[in-house]
Amino acid sequence: MIKIMLTAALVLFSVAIAIALYRIISGPSLPDRVVAMDMIVVNLISAVAIISILLETKAFLEVILILGILAFISTIALSKYVERGVIIERKRNR
Amino acid sequence: MSLLHLAIIAPFILAFFVPFFYKKIKAVHTGWFVLILPAILFAYFLRFLPAVKNQGAIQETVNWIPSLGIDFTAYVDGLGLLFALLITGIGSLVVLYSIFYLSKAKENLGSFYVYLLMFMGAMLGVVLSDNLIVLYTFWELTSFSSFLLIGYWYHRERSRYGAQKSMLITVFGGLAMLGGFLLLYFMTGSFSIREIISQAGDMTGDPFFIPALILVLLGAFTKSAQFPFHIWLPDAMEAPTPVSAYLHSATMVKAGIYLVARMSPVFAEEGTWFWLVSIFGIITLVWASFNAVKQTDLKAILAFSTVSQLGLIMSLLGIGAAALHYTQLNDNIYMAATVAAVFHLINHATFKGSLFMVAGIVDHETGTRDIRHLGGLMHLMPITFTIALIGTFSMAGLPPFNGFLSKEMFFAAMVNVLSLDIFNLETYGVLFPVLAWVGSVFTFIYSMILLFKTFTGKQPAQKWEKKPHEAPLGMLLSPIILAALVIVFGLFPNILSASIIEPAADAIMPAFAEAGQAFNVNITMWHGFSAELYMTIAVVVVGLFLYVFLPKWKHIYNIFPKKLSLNALYDQGLVRTEKISKNMTNAYMNGSIRSYMIYIFIAFIGILSYSMIEKKAVSFELSNLAPIGVYEIVLAIIITVASITILFAKSRLTSIIALGAVGYTVALFFVLFRAPDLALTQLVIETVSVALFLLAFYHLPKMSRKEERIRFKMASAVVSLGVGVVVTLIALSAHNNKLFDSIAQYYIENTKEQAGGANMVNVILVDFRGFDTMFEIAVLGIAALGIFGMIKLRLSRRQDG
Repeated sequence: MIKIMLTAALVLFSVAIAIALYRIISGPSLPDRVVAMDMIVVNLISAVAIISILLETKAFLEVILILGILAFISTIALSKYVERGVIIERKRNR
Repeated sequence: MSLLHLAIIAPFILAFFVPFFYKKIKAVHTGWFVLILPAILFAYFLRFLPAVKNQGAIQETVNWIPSLGIDFTAYVDGLGLLFALLITGIGSLVVLYSIFYLSKAKENLGSFYVYLLMFMGAMLGVVLSDNLIVLYTFWELTSFSSFLLIGYWYHRERSRYGAQKSMLITVFGGLAMLGGFLLLYFMTGSFSIREIISQAGDMTGDPFFIPALILVLLGAFTKSAQFPFHIWLPDAMEAPTPVSAYLHSATMVKAGIYLVARMSPVFAEEGTWFWLVSIFGIITLVWASFNAVKQTDLKAILAFSTVSQLGLIMSLLGIGAAALHYTQLNDNIYMAATVAAVFHLINHATFKGSLFMVAGIVDHETGTRDIRHLGGLMHLMPITFTIALIGTFSMAGLPPFNGFLSKEMFFAAMVNVLSLDIFNLETYGVLFPVLAWVGSVFTFIYSMILLFKTFTGKQPAQKWEKKPHEAPLGMLLSPIILAALVIVFGLFPNILSASIIEPAADAIMPAFAEAGQAFNVNITMWHGFSAELYMTIAVVVVGLFLYVFLPKWKHIYNIFPKKLSLNALYDQGLVRTEKISKNMTNAYMNGSIRSYMIYIFIAFIGILSYSMIEKKAVSFELSNLAPIGVYEIVLAIIITVASITILFAKSRLTSIIALGAVGYTVALFFVLFRAPDLALTQLVIETVSVALFLLAFYHLPKMSRKEERIRFKMASAVVSLGVGVVVTLIALSAHNNKLFDSIAQYYIENTKEQAGGANMVNVILVDFRGFDTMFEIAVLGIAALGIFGMIKLRLSRRQDG
């Protein structure tokens, strides 16, 4: 029973990733794509969690954490790029 | 190290000190210091004469590379001693001559005598070595020092051309000879000539025997300027005249003769040897004497004459090989050919040396060597004329000079060929005396041209650069000594026969000496009315007739177009080879990395698929595979789609994102195949590298940035498909051909107990196999430093401003 539910959840997450992927491909502006990417990563986090339940292991919890950090950092970086045009600004007093 | 070895390397030692004499003692001509050594060596080698006659040979060994069987074994027998005497004797005379020929003020004497001494030592080494590799070493040293001597006036273009030509041809032959020596070593297991000769009978059936024979002969023919390799010798005449007299008449060009004589006991039983040596010799004789007639330069005539006389000696050595097929020495008339070869070798060295020196004197006194600008020198230079007369008449084979005797013996040997009944000689044998006679007629003609066009007739209209007068005594001394020898050997040939010719002939034909058959040489000036005497008379009559009417038939030399000459062939060959290799290199080295990748991948496909098929290693066994789950299939579809997107994407940005998708999917694969550490690392690395790709993309130049697909190229598609197929096949086959179990069980058992860790991947990385990790850290460090260096270090910008 639980296995079927987990599999179903995995399929639903895949559908969500596919929908977000459509937004990435067709999204008219860069911010659309950034948000879609963020969503894909969040869905991936959930998928990895479900897979680790399916595989009955705790070894992938670090993967989830790393994905969370990466998603955050990359979203911040991309937003900064959208806002300012650069990601790492030079020091002014040089 | 015996005294004999010291004698061989003494010239090298003195060559080391010559620059010192040249720089420090300026008042005395450097040649005087050099002259001492060959004179001492000549006296030293004279002392060997009785020993060699009575005991046969003297052998001294010094270890060089004993583990490879290469020892510096000096071996003095009749043949080696004959050559050693020629080298040191004529060497002394040439050094004496060069003291007066080369000016102390104008020429760089230090280099000259260094090269000359190097050559002398190398030549002594060639003729006195028993070890083939040592012989080859000295052989190449003669090539190098000859190259240096020909190019002595290196500011002249012709000198450099001649030096290069002789170098290319003789080194080509030298390398072939080395190949022959190695084959001999494979057959007999020894580099010692003595050893090889003792096993000569066992080799005849060996498949390497004929190749070894041909390769060794190639070395001898190139060095001794045999047809068609004679073309370097006329161009080597750009060397100073003492060099021409020494190297290109008396010594170096006879190294090939020496080799043929030395190797005769090994190869001479073979019919191929007989044919190659005698046919090439006789063709060289006729061709070179024919061509000598049309030359106008004194030294060019002498060069072609040298070639033709070398051909004569070579053909005699070839005919002499026939003697081995007749066991009895009594009445063995073919043995006379070997004797004639040895005798003519000595004679040629004497008269040709003196003639070259005469040509040098004429050049020195008039400023030209062109016979069209010479004439009437007889009264101005009577002594030179006398020497030239003796030399040319000896060369033409007239009595009472030594050339007459050897020419008679030559004819006798050639006539004797008619009675040979081996190797089909009944039918073709008649060629030999006919060709020999024709060659001798031309020899007579050019000898007469050399003498009379230079010294008689009217003086040419325009004045010479210098006012000619008799040469100084010092310059005349050497040719006078040689000319005196010509007469002495002509009148009393038997002073040579017992002391040196017999031991030399014994060394060439050891089979008879071993059988205990005494071998007596008796050369007489008058040997009755025989066929050879009539041949000589005919040569003189026909030669005189042709010489008188030379202007009438001279135009036949224009029949052969210049383009078909051997020189043109050589020049064109060089140009063509250069052009072809340049075109070939340009054809495949086109500077495009794409082509090089295609070559690499085609080689990859070719070699791997060939070896897979050849070893019958392809296998599609599917029985030991794990079951495939649904998640793997989904991920595989994603990764395939993403990869194909990379190929067909219109924008580079899409490709980068698709590449990131591939990377993240691989991370998911790692999750699925239970590799958490790999998945972690892969995620982080993929993020960073996508960021770097985006950086590179962002900084693409605006100007040429075009949004277009990768153009389709059939070759690339085929090659990439091939690589994929081959790699897949190998992976499948490798999986099916596992021969041993994995060693993973050891790690599983010992990770906790031995290393005290729970994470097996990390324990392997830092404990079981920590060395790899260390150097991967080093790789990352280098990469970081490299990137930092590339960004910060801008040398070109600093130059600009």
